[in-house]
Amino acid sequence: MQTALADFIRETPRGREADAILRKCVHCGLCTATCPTYRLLGSELDSPRGRIYLIKQMLEGAAVGAATQLHLDRCLGCRACETTCPSGVEYGRLLESGKIVAEQNAPQRSTKARALRRLILAVVPHEKRFAFLLRIAQKLAPVLPRKLRAKIPQQRAAPAWPAPRHRRRMVVLRGCVQPAAAPAIDAAAAQLLDEHGVSLLGAGGCCGGVALHLPAAKKGLALARKTIDACWPLVEQGAEAVVVSASGCAVTVKEYAHLLRDDPAYAEKARVVSSLARDLSEVAAALNIIPAIAPRNLRVAFHSPCTLQHGQKITGVVERLLEDAGYTVAAAPNPHLCCGSAGTYSLLQPELSRQLLKNKLRDLHTAAPDLIATANIGCLLHLQSRTATPVRHWVELL
Amino acid sequence: MKNKKHRLLKKLRRILPAEAVLGDEEQLRPYECDALSAYRRLPMIAVLPDNVAQVRAVLQLCAREQVPVVARGAGTGLSGGALPRTDGVLLVMARFNRILAVDEHNRTATVQPGVTNLAVSEAVAHLGLFYAPDPSSQLACTIGGNVAENSGGVHCLKYGLTVHNIMEVKAVTMDGTALTLGGRALDAPGFDLAALITGSEGLLGVIVEVTVKLLPQPDTARVLLAAFDQVEKAGDGVAAVIGAGIIPAGLEMMDNPAIRATEEFAGAGYPVDAEAILLCEVDGMAEEVAAQMETVDALLRQAGAVHIRAARDEHERALFWSGRKGAFPAVGRISPDYYCIDGTIPRRELGRVLRHIKKLSAEFNLRVANVFHAGDGNLHPLILYDANVPGELERTEELAAAILQHCVEVGGTITGEHGVGVEKINQMCTQFNARELAQMHAVKSAFDPGGLLNPGKAVPTLARCAEFGAMHVHHGKVAFPELERF
Ligand SMILES: Cc1cc2nc3c(=O)[nH]c(=O)nc-3n(C[C@H](O)[C@H](O)[C@H](O)COP(=O)(O)OP(=O)(O)OC[C@H]3O[C@@H](n4cnc5c(N)ncnc54)[C@H](O)[C@@H]3O)c2cc1C
Ligand code: SF4
Ligand code: SF4
Repeated sequence: MQTALADFIRETPRGREADAILRKCVHCGLCTATCPTYRLLGSELDSPRGRIYLIKQMLEGAAVGAATQLHLDRCLGCRACETTCPSGVEYGRLLESGKIVAEQNAPQRSTKARALRRLILAVVPHEKRFAFLLRIAQKLAPVLPRKLRAKIPQQRAAPAWPAPRHRRRMVVLRGCVQPAAAPAIDAAAAQLLDEHGVSLLGAGGCCGGVALHLPAAKKGLALARKTIDACWPLVEQGAEAVVVSASGCAVTVKEYAHLLRDDPAYAEKARVVSSLARDLSEVAAALNIIPAIAPRNLRVAFHSPCTLQHGQKITGVVERLLEDAGYTVAAAPNPHLCCGSAGTYSLLQPELSRQLLKNKLRDLHTAAPDLIATANIGCLLHLQSRTATPVRHWVELL
Repeated sequence: MKNKKHRLLKKLRRILPAEAVLGDEEQLRPYECDALSAYRRLPMIAVLPDNVAQVRAVLQLCAREQVPVVARGAGTGLSGGALPRTDGVLLVMARFNRILAVDEHNRTATVQPGVTNLAVSEAVAHLGLFYAPDPSSQLACTIGGNVAENSGGVHCLKYGLTVHNIMEVKAVTMDGTALTLGGRALDAPGFDLAALITGSEGLLGVIVEVTVKLLPQPDTARVLLAAFDQVEKAGDGVAAVIGAGIIPAGLEMMDNPAIRATEEFAGAGYPVDAEAILLCEVDGMAEEVAAQMETVDALLRQAGAVHIRAARDEHERALFWSGRKGAFPAVGRISPDYYCIDGTIPRRELGRVLRHIKKLSAEFNLRVANVFHAGDGNLHPLILYDANVPGELERTEELAAAILQHCVEVGGTITGEHGVGVEKINQMCTQFNARELAQMHAVKSAFDPGGLLNPGKAVPTLARCAEFGAMHVHHGKVAFPELERF
C-alpha cells in the first residue's frame, strides 16, 4: 500500500518499522474473514485491514479521534489475521506501535476507563498483590452473587515440586497470576520434565505482557528487564531453556529481543533470553515426552490459545501429546477464534469478551468433551468462569 | 454540501442506530477503497444496515434527496466497483451475514448477501454438498459481491461461474421496490432477470438475498502439479489437456515470480526454479479420476513438463490450492504494490500472449507475475510496482492498458471475472460500440431511471467514450465516428 508517514515518526525506528509493515499490506481483505471482532461487528473499522488503515492515517499525521482509539481498543491482539495474511504483514507489531501513538495523541479516556486501567496495572502484574486479593475473594466467595463467584478460580491443590536432581536444568518463568490462581500447572510441568531427565527451576514474576498490551510501555519494559534479571543467574549457570507454561507469556518473552533492541544495557541479555525461550509444548515435543497413558478414554476438547497458534505459530503439538496419552482429542468448529480472554480484554471490553466466550464454549461443547484443555492461564480462567466442564492446562492431564 | 451532509446524517440516524451511521473522516477513510487501493475516494457517509427494512428506507431517502448510493460487500473487489462517491452514501452489506435456510433435498441454500462465499460451503459440508464457484478470495468475499461481479474461480472451468450457480435473487431498487428475480425451480417464467442482475456491479439494485445451487461433493478429487522450464510449454500443456476433451475441475498456471512469492507463504512444495507450473485437478468417480489423471500426466509430459507430482492426500491437495488461492496478496512479499489485470484470450493464444506480455514488461521496465485460470483463458498478469515512487502507478496503468489492448486484438475481452468497475471503464469503449453501450444504458434506466445506484461504474457514458476515443485512435480509425468530438 502507498504510504506517506508524517515527519514526527518517519525517521524513527518505530516509524521505519511501521512503514515497512504497512507497505506489505496489499489491502486484499482476506484477513477480515478470520478476525473475531469483524465477525461479530461487521464493520471494516473492527477488522484487521480497517485497523491497519486507521493506524496508517494516524502515522500519516491525521488527527486522532476517539474512533481510532475505540477500534484499536477493541482489537484482541489475537493475531489470527497474521496467520491468514498471505503477504506476511506483521500486524501484531504494527498494532503495538499504533496503540502507543494513539495513547499519546487521542483525546483522554473517560475517568472511569483510566481508573480501571490504573487498577489493572496496580494489581495484575504484581504476583503478591494479586495473590492477596485472590485469597480474600476466595474467602468471600460463598457470600458473593453467583455471577461474580463464577469468576473466582477455586483453590486446587498443587502436586509437590520435585527437588532439582538432574544435571540438565531449565528455568521456568513463574508469571504473575498463575502461581496464585493455578500453582498446579508449573508443578505438573516440573514433575513431567523431572521424569524425563530435566530439573525445572522457577524464577521471575510478570513477563510484562499485560502492561505492554494496555499499552503501558514503560512499565511493561521495566517488568521485562526485571524478568531478565531474575532468569539471568540461572541462564549463566547453564540452564538450557527459559520455559514458559503460559503461551501468552511465552510469546512476550520471545519478543524481548525485539522490544529491548535499542536498550544498550539489556539488548544482548534480551537476545539471549528470547533465543532460549520455549513454550512448554515445544520443550515437551523436543524431549520426546511419552506421557503416561490416561486411565480412561476421556474426550478432550483442546482450545489452542491465540498466543500459541497465531503468536507462536505452534499447531498440532499439544493435540499430539494428548492423543499419545490416550485421550480422544475432539475437533471443535472455529478453532482459530479467540475465546475473548486476551490478557485484560475481558476486563476492558466485557461485552465483546462475553460474546466470544459464549461462542467459544458453544463450539467446544459441540464435541461433547469430558474435559477442556488449553495452554494459557488467562484462557483457562476465562473459559472456566462460564462452564461446569473442568478446564485444565494440558500439562495437568499428562 | 456540508449542510446537505448534516441533514442527511440526521435523517439516516432516524433509520439506523447511531453506531451504524459513519460521518467523520476518521471513520470513513478505511472505506475509501476496495482491494484496488490505487483508486481511493472518501465517501460522504457510510451506513451499516442489518435488515432489509433499513436498506429500503436508506434507498428511499437517498432517492428523495438525489444522493448516489454505492453498495459494498467485503471490499475485496479488484476493479474499484465499491469505490465510494464523495457526494454519496456507501451502503455496507457486511452485517447481512446469516444463512437463512438450507434445503437439502432441492440442494439449495438461501443466504443473506453478506455471507462469505466459503461460509456457504462450510455450512453444507456435513451434508456432502458444496457451492461450486470459488474465487480465490472465497474466504472473505461475499455472495452479494459474487453475484454483482459474476465471480469465477478455480473450479468454474467445470462448474460454471456464479451465474450458473444461482437460482433466485432478491433485490431492492433505488426507489425501494423489492424484486424477486429467478425462482426456486431450475427455470423461471419470463426473461431470465436473475442472470441480468448477475454481473450488474451494483448498478441495478441492492441484492438482499440469494438462493444458490448446491452440488454433491465429488466422490474423488485429485490434483497434480506439473513444472515447466518454459512458459510457452505450459501453455501448450493447457491446450493439450483441453484439446483431449478433458474438463478438469481446475486448470491453473503460475509463472516463476508468482511461484516464488506463493511458495514462501504456503510452503506447498512448489518448485521455485520452474519457469511455470500448472495445477490440474480432476474430480468424479474414483476410476474415472484415476484414468484421467493418467491421460493428463501423459499429455503434460508430451508438452514438455520436466517434473510432475500428484498430491498424495487431501492435506497436500489443500496445500497445493492454498498457494494458488493466496497468490495475489502473496506477491505483497516481493513488491509493495501490485495491479491485477483480468483479461481473457482464446486459449490457443496463451503462449503468444505471454511472450508479448514479457516484451511489454521489459519495455515499461515493470515486473509482471502471471497467475491465471489457464483452463478458461482468463489471464491475471500482476504488474508489480511501488506506489511510493512518483509516476510508477501511471506507468503501470499504461502497461495494463497495453496488455488489455492486446487481449482484445487477439480476440479476447477486457474482463474475465473481476468486473469493469471504474478500472476498466475506458476499455469498455474499445470492447463495445456506441449502439451496444446505449442498450446497456437502457437496461440501467429500466431499473434505476435516476441513475443513482453506483453511477460512473461498469458502463461508460458515450461522452466518456468519445473523450477516451479522441485520445486513442486505433489503426487509423476513430473509435466513435458518429459522435461529436470535444
Ligand atoms: C486476493 C483476491 C483474489 C481474488 N480472486 C478472484 C477470483 O478468483 N475470481 C473472481 O471472480 N474474483 C476474484 N477476486 C475479486 C473479488 O473478490 C470478487 O469480485 C468478489 O466477488 C467481490 O466480492 P465483495 O464482497 O468483496 O464485493 P465488493 O468488492 O465489496 O463489491 C464488488 C461489487 O459488488 C457490488 N456489491 C457488493 N455487494 C452488493 C450487494 N449486496 N448488492 C448489490 N451490489 C453489491 C459493489 O457495488 C461492487 O460493484 C479476488 C480478489 C482478491 C482480493
Ligand atoms: S490479508 Fe494481509 S495483505 Fe491482505 S489486507 Fe489483510 S493484512 Fe493486508
Ligand atoms: S489481532 Fe485479532 S482482533 Fe485484532 S485485528 Fe487481528 S484478528 Fe482482529
